[in-house]
Order: sequence, then structure tokens, then C-alpha cells
Amino acid sequence: MPIPHRPIPHRRFDALIIGAGGAGLNAALRLASADLRVAVVSKVFPTRSHTVAAQGGVNAALANVLPDDWHWHMFDTVKGSDYLGDQDAIEYMCREAIPTVYELEHAGVPFSRIDDGRIYQRAFGGQSQDFGGDQAARTCAAADRTGHAILHTLYQQNVRARTHFFDEYFAIDLIRDEEGVVLGALALEIETGETLVIEAKATLLATGGHGQVFRTTTNAFINTGDGMAMALRAGVPLMDMEFYQFHPTGVAGKGMLITEGARGEGGYLINGDGERFMERYAPRALDLASRDVVARSMVTEIREGRGCGPSKDHVMLRLDHLGADVVHHRLPGITDICRVFLGLDPAEQGIPVFPTAHYAMGGIPTDRYARVVAPARHGPEEVVPGLYAAGECACVSVHGANRLGGNSLLDILVFGRAAGTDILDYVAENPNHRPMREADIEPALTRLGRWDRTGEGESVAAVKADLRKLMEDHCGVFREDATMAEGVEKLKALRERVERVRLQDQSRIFNTARIEALELDNLVDVGMATLMSAYHRQESRGAHSRVDYPEREDEQWMKHSLYARDGDRMDYKPVRTKPLTVESFPPKARVY
Amino acid sequence: MDPTDAATAEITTHTARLRWQCRRGMLELDLLLSRFLEVGFPALDAAGRADFVRLLGYQDQILHDWLMGQAVPADAAMRRLVGQIRAAMRDDAAVL
Repeated sequence: MPIPHRPIPHRRFDALIIGAGGAGLNAALRLASADLRVAVVSKVFPTRSHTVAAQGGVNAALANVLPDDWHWHMFDTVKGSDYLGDQDAIEYMCREAIPTVYELEHAGVPFSRIDDGRIYQRAFGGQSQDFGGDQAARTCAAADRTGHAILHTLYQQNVRARTHFFDEYFAIDLIRDEEGVVLGALALEIETGETLVIEAKATLLATGGHGQVFRTTTNAFINTGDGMAMALRAGVPLMDMEFYQFHPTGVAGKGMLITEGARGEGGYLINGDGERFMERYAPRALDLASRDVVARSMVTEIREGRGCGPSKDHVMLRLDHLGADVVHHRLPGITDICRVFLGLDPAEQGIPVFPTAHYAMGGIPTDRYARVVAPARHGPEEVVPGLYAAGECACVSVHGANRLGGNSLLDILVFGRAAGTDILDYVAENPNHRPMREADIEPALTRLGRWDRTGEGESVAAVKADLRKLMEDHCGVFREDATMAEGVEKLKALRERVERVRLQDQSRIFNTARIEALELDNLVDVGMATLMSAYHRQESRGAHSRVDYPEREDEQWMKHSLYARDGDRMDYKPVRTKPLTVESFPPKARVY
Repeated sequence: MDPTDAATAEITTHTARLRWQCRRGMLELDLLLSRFLEVGFPALDAAGRADFVRLLGYQDQILHDWLMGQAVPADAAMRRLVGQIRAAMRDDAAVL
């Protein structure tokens, strides 16, 4: 049943925030507290955003447990980024980390504490004192549920500040006028199937990551890259999309993370022949070799026919030699996962594992004020008026080619807040809504209307499954020229197939099939951005590891990738190596 | 629309709504809840279905603790349902 043509209702707000995770809610709180009219659009209930899954914590150089300094935090972050991070943004984030954590503490986040009442800080990998010296302790946590605590606190504060929530609304596309100014977005109310235009003086994309583009991922079903794809369709390129963090050991076929602690306790990997194959790839470090080496070795075994199981599509992690006492008491989380999802006891049987996609370093390019920037007439970083992005969907870029543990919650909080601060100024300078013409809304309506076509066709689920498999096979942890070139061709063909997909359910009320179709559009767009960026970067840096170009090549490749949807074009721009107030950290070989 | 069609449409809409409610912030919950909706929910009686709707109203972190066996619900109906959801997942694992 085609959607009848009738006037679409409009609602007006000062600011529109798309996505209700930590970044979106922190921005919303700043704005609503300053008495702006703020709308938050979220496809699920806000406290069901993926921030809730972040267990680790937030880095800030509070020096509560061991000596620390924001400048050391900055050094570690630049080094961890493999020198692809922008040093002005990194300096800003590391300085702002300290007041950000205190602000959260005052807002009511129940951080774990040391005996004298100050916030406890735990040590994580990649944290050093004195620019690469002894281990630092920099991560503030609320037990093992930091993300949950932050999300709930921010949500409650927003309700109190009278933020207007559009729960279970799906954002279709941004609305831009002829001059390219972003005027808001078209949204779909999932319950009724009705569309709504939300006009705003400023719009923030805070929609999170896109792990669902890979078959095996730790990401929730909601992580479909919606904001990134909206930016692409609005003509904004995506930046550094080839940099995607994989963990070597996810539960095969399901994706949940089996922590590295399992191998730390003495767990080891075997192939289908029962061989400890890491002896061949890393004779000294064995199963404790770096993440990318372990992950690529696993996939190499599978590609060469030595996988486990009837389809030979995974390898096994063995813990059974450690004894039930060690496994159950030191690795309780893994024991629970195995019992619930695999129906096995890891103290008795091997765990089927495969590398699992976890976190996107790339995304919508922004400056350190969270303003979206794109190449235009006057240079590679011209501000897109009225548009902001923060959190995993954005690339500011503080993580560069790889992210340190404890820096992702920090990123969403600092840059969510920065977006709020800048939007306050922007709205003060642009106090009036700009006129919106019917023609400005038309592209978004066309996108939605495409799914009204009836007749025979492929199903969303089948194309989505093929996309996820394709991305895993051609743009996962095993990256080389021929594999990715083939992947690009296959993905172009799959993109054509999407045109032939038809929805069998054309009802309006709670038609989740329509939402899943719109998500498929988004996944295909961010998948192409990821694959094209990876194919073209002929070096290994951070999380992007190429078999055929194993070295980092600073002279040619210390630059950011930009993928534009129009013509699948690649472009590049320089890394910002100049910090705000301190000396630059020049690139050094990455040795840990 | 005749009354039978209307009733069918209502059930379909209700299931679609529940399916969306099974979308959570954590992959573990997505897998457990959507699997149960598919294989366990249709066999529940009216009271069991009402319990499932009530269960979906709990926060993600609480559901995670219950379903992963790290905490036990005090409410007997929730306790029973958590057992059924875990069992549905184990049956799924046995098929693989």
C-alpha cells in the first residue's frame, strides 16, 4: 500500500539530536540545561542504547592511584592511534577528561572509590607514566557496569531538564537546503508508520557504530551505522573507515567477546587437526601475540582448510587443561557465556571462536567542536552549517588507527559535551529557523517511498546475511589486494540487488520489516565506505593490517582517508599533527 | 475487515511490537530475547505472555544479570521465564 500523499506534520526545536547513547544524551543535557528546546530521536528506548554494554570505564588523568598527567595520557593516545590521531583533538580530550569525570560524579554516576573516598582508577593496557614509562592507572569505573551507570544518570538528568524524547522514531535522512545548511531530519514513528519533519537550528548525529555490517560482531542489533549513512547521503564523506577494531576471540557464529584474559590464564588455540597453530605464526609469544597477529593467524588456518566443525569455519579455544577451579573462578564471565549460548562447560570442552568486530575508529569527520567538516571550495575541512556529530559515528579523530581501552566512553562524553557547548553558540548566532521548502524534504521521502514498491523480489534478511558474510570474508582481519578487489566487485553487485528487494509486509503499524530494510540501506553504504577505504590504503597501520603491505608508510600514508558515496570516490587529507599548546609527538616505530 | 482478520492483524502487530522491544543495548540480550520470541513465546499461555511483556520492561543490566546467571530474580514468574529463555538458547546451541 503506497503511502498516501498528505501534508507531513512539522515540529520545531532549537536542537535535534539523533541517537540517545552517551554522546547524544550528554549533548542534550548541556542544551536542555541552558533552556534550549531539545529533541532526541531514538529508534529504541534511550536506556537501551549500546553505551549500556560498555563495561570498561573512562580514562582521565586524575592521579588518584598512581602519579598521572593529562600530557602522559595524550602521549599514550597519540602512540596508540599509530600517529593517525589529530593531536589538537587528542590534547583537548585528555585535558577535558578530568572535568568531564568530575561532572559525571556530581551528576550522580556511582564510581568505584578508594578508601579515602576519591574515585578508584584501574590500570589498562597502553597506559603509561612519564611518556612511555611505568604502567599508569587511569581508568575510572562504576564496577563493571560503567556504561549502564552513565547512560541511566544522563537519561534521568535529561528527563529532569525537560528534553523532549521521540522514542521509537527512526531517522530517515537529514534535510538540507539549497545552500547546504542542515535544517533537521525526516523521522518515522515506528508505532504508527507516520512521518514527521523535525526542524532544528542545529542537528547532532550520535547514532553509534556499525558492527552489524560484519557477520561476527560484539555489537547489538541496533548498531547499523544509521547516522554515518545519513551523512554519506547528505554528501558528507566518511573518514578513516578502514580502521575497525577486531578482537581475535569471539564466540563463532554469535559474536560475544571471550576476553583476552582467557589466553592470559593459559588458554590456547587449536585448528581442525588439533594443532596449536600459533607455534607456527608466533613461536615466542604464541597465543599471547598481538591481537592482529592472532586474529589473522586464525583466519589463515580457516582459509587454508584447517578450520574446525562441519563447515571448517572456526578454530577452538582450549581451557580444559586449566581445571574447573581456575576456569570457573577466574573466568566466570566466559563460563556464563559458554553455558548460556553454547550449552557447554569451558572446563570440559573447547570453545568455537572466530575474530569478532568490535569498534569503529572511523566515521563522520568533525573538528574538536564536534562540527561536521567536509572538503569544499575553501579546503578539506569546511564546516557543514548546522550539522554536528559525536561518539562512535563520528571521527574527530582521537583514536586514529586504533583505540585505547577506556578512551571510547571518554570520547562520547567529551565530544558530546563539546557539541552541546558549540550548539549553544551556534543557536545564539542563528536564532531563527531557516525556511524549509517541499523540495528539501523530497530526497528523504523518495528514500522511504522506495520501500513501498510491491511485487516479487529478494528478502531483506537474505541480502543482509550475504552482506555481512561478504564483509567478513573480504574486509575482516585478512586484508590483501586481490581479496578486497573481489570484495568491492561483489559489494557493487550486492548494492544492485538491494534495488530488487521487496517488502512483503506493506502495513503501516509497527512494520519493523520496513525499519530493517532502511537499516539494510545504511549497512550497504557504510560497508562500501569501509571496504573502499581499506582497499585503497596500501600500508599496515593500527587496526588496518595488510598481508601485502605489512609496514607503516608514514611518508605516503600518514593521512586521513575520505570516502564519498557519489561515484565511490576516495580522497585524503593531512593529519593534524600540531597540538593546541604543547609540542607535537612525531611518529615513532610502534613497539610494545 | 472482518473480525477474524482484525484479530489476526492485532496479534501480528503485537508480535512486531514485542520483536522491537527485544532490541536491546547488548548483543547477548538481542540473541536471547529474539530467539525466545521465536521459539518459546508462541507456546506461552496468556499469563506467561503477560510475564514476558513485563520482563521486557526491566533495564538491560538487570536482564543481563538474570539471563547470564549472575543474579536470580526475586519474582517467581520472572525466575521461571528466565529459566525458559535460557533453555531456549541452549536448545538452539545443541542444534549448531
